[in-house]
Amino acid sequence: MSAVRPLRRGLYLLGSRSIARTAPVGANGALTSVPHRLASPQGWRPLRSPVVGSSIATTLAANNGIRYASSATPSGSLRKTQLYDLHIAKGAKMVPFAGFSMPLQYSDLSHVESHKWTREKASLFDVSHMVQHRLSGPGALDLLMKVTPSSLDKLKDNTSTLSCLLEPGTGGIVDDTVITRLSGDTFYFVTNAGRRDEDLAFLQSEIDAFKLAHGPEKNITWEILEDRALVALQGPQAAAALQPLIAEKDASSDLSTLYFGNCRSLHLTLPGATTTAEPLLISRTGYTGEDGFEISIPASVSPATITDLLLQNPAVRLAGLAARDSLRLEAGMCLYGHDISTAQTPPSAALGWVVGKDRRDPSSPQSNFNGSETILPQLASPAKTLSQRRVGFTIEKGSPAREGAIIVDVNDESRPQIGVVTSGLPSPSLDGQNIAMGYIKQGLHKKGSEVGVLVRNKLRKATVVGMPWVESKFHRPPKA
Amino acid sequence: MSAAARVIRPFASRALFQKLPMSSVRRVSPAAGFPRGSIRSFSQSPFWQVKKYTESHEWIELADDGKTAKIGITEYAAKSLGDVVYVELPAADLEVSAGEPVGAVESVKSASDVLSPVSGTVLQGNAALEDKAKFINESPEGDAWIVEISVSDPAELDGLLDATAYKETIDEE
Repeated sequence: MSAVRPLRRGLYLLGSRSIARTAPVGANGALTSVPHRLASPQGWRPLRSPVVGSSIATTLAANNGIRYASSATPSGSLRKTQLYDLHIAKGAKMVPFAGFSMPLQYSDLSHVESHKWTREKASLFDVSHMVQHRLSGPGALDLLMKVTPSSLDKLKDNTSTLSCLLEPGTGGIVDDTVITRLSGDTFYFVTNAGRRDEDLAFLQSEIDAFKLAHGPEKNITWEILEDRALVALQGPQAAAALQPLIAEKDASSDLSTLYFGNCRSLHLTLPGATTTAEPLLISRTGYTGEDGFEISIPASVSPATITDLLLQNPAVRLAGLAARDSLRLEAGMCLYGHDISTAQTPPSAALGWVVGKDRRDPSSPQSNFNGSETILPQLASPAKTLSQRRVGFTIEKGSPAREGAIIVDVNDESRPQIGVVTSGLPSPSLDGQNIAMGYIKQGLHKKGSEVGVLVRNKLRKATVVGMPWVESKFHRPPKA
Repeated sequence: MSAAARVIRPFASRALFQKLPMSSVRRVSPAAGFPRGSIRSFSQSPFWQVKKYTESHEWIELADDGKTAKIGITEYAAKSLGDVVYVELPAADLEVSAGEPVGAVESVKSASDVLSPVSGTVLQGNAALEDKAKFINESPEGDAWIVEISVSDPAELDGLLDATAYKETIDEE
């Protein structure tokens, strides 16, 4: 067999090369001649690439198609989260993901069933692989205002915002992150596991430079909260499942007043009528488009105890990375390393809204942040400065268009490339309709534009559409 | 693959297939196989090793005519890939070499080529899969075959895995 294996691989590679098309789309919206710039922003490429044929064996070997943001080659043994034993006990199919062994899906539900369960009931995701940070001290706000374009000074205590860590000069997105202001000069933020090395190096160098420039008066304390677990409870039944566990007796216990983008530190009631020794940080947020919570669990509290309590509710089931990816795509949310990378700025990635309203005037001192010299002109005159945009597509029935599929101009006989798909799949919530996110040439990005997508070298009709495909159902305050 | 697995050719002979309805034969788990020794092999001809497997999780079954064969994906592959949502079928008359795609199976999260285990010419894709791709999850080694081909050289099947050898490759994973 060992003789057959390389032969088969060799044949396969030869065969695939002929249909492989590179995706020369890149920096800040420019169509470039640098291959793989966008499809593989970090130089990392999954073993299977959706446009390039992949045998079943390679699909299965490559995490069953699950993609992640990582520039690091998997090395040595995989890390386990604190909930690893739970995953195994629940029959999870474990896959390597951003250096961790993570659940792809569990034995009780298929991928599609788990996806739909989340949209209809509630799913519990272990996201402890993500990197939790605490940044505090007199310099914390100033530092975060330099490395992100968000108006964090306007952020109220116990509220969060999606933001981006930005490279100096280029404004390229180092990572996307949700930043929470816990109090005046204390912030909590969560970054991608697959960007851990890059993020830590970036933050360390920014903090070092900041300290050098500002001295001890603007001191900063940066902690990586390694011993905290993080779980996400997502779905229309999430609040009903979590509410009975809240131990507080005052008004703060009422989750109906905890709105999207807000957080509270709350104790939970444990079996035996005891309460957790420390509060859990409960944020009303998520990555599915559903109402739900992300729950950061301190080291003094056993995360398995919390998940067991939640799973006692028959509406709550465990869900893995497979459902997480399809849910977030339907919600129009980006996956770092695929839909966004250092080759994009927030405006070119259709994330211009993360730039604070009061940070857009180039003459204002408020507007100094990493890459502002690049980003502010892009916000002011996108048609002149951006050559491509991140948009949604729906693709005609048939083979789904996945990451790397080339978008072509159907109005030009030579079918020139005008874009590339960065995420795509048949939407479980939309009865398998093929949806995709990707980049398209400025000017052709208008909703309703008819384009073509090459899937395994066959031309398929596609239409530029707005995102999300499935309307988000965040719990927002009632309109006055 | 161990040398022993190649030498031993324990499974279904043509004689057996003629005695049993095809459907009942298919329902026998290829992993379980047939009790060794209870079936006498009358020939060493590769024609008689009618159902073979590949490391890339396809199966191929030669028809009684010894020239045409159906190709599909294995139970293991169907289970591992999960909910199949679309099957791309090849056009008739497509000529393929061993290891070249004769179709594709798409789940929500992945796309996988179905590689032809041997060289041949496509006769037809399984039209039943056009409207009902998830049929693949229900009967991957039975009625949800993917393509029927005319085999260029039936001896090519001889180099493929038998059920036992295929099962060994899965167990390694």
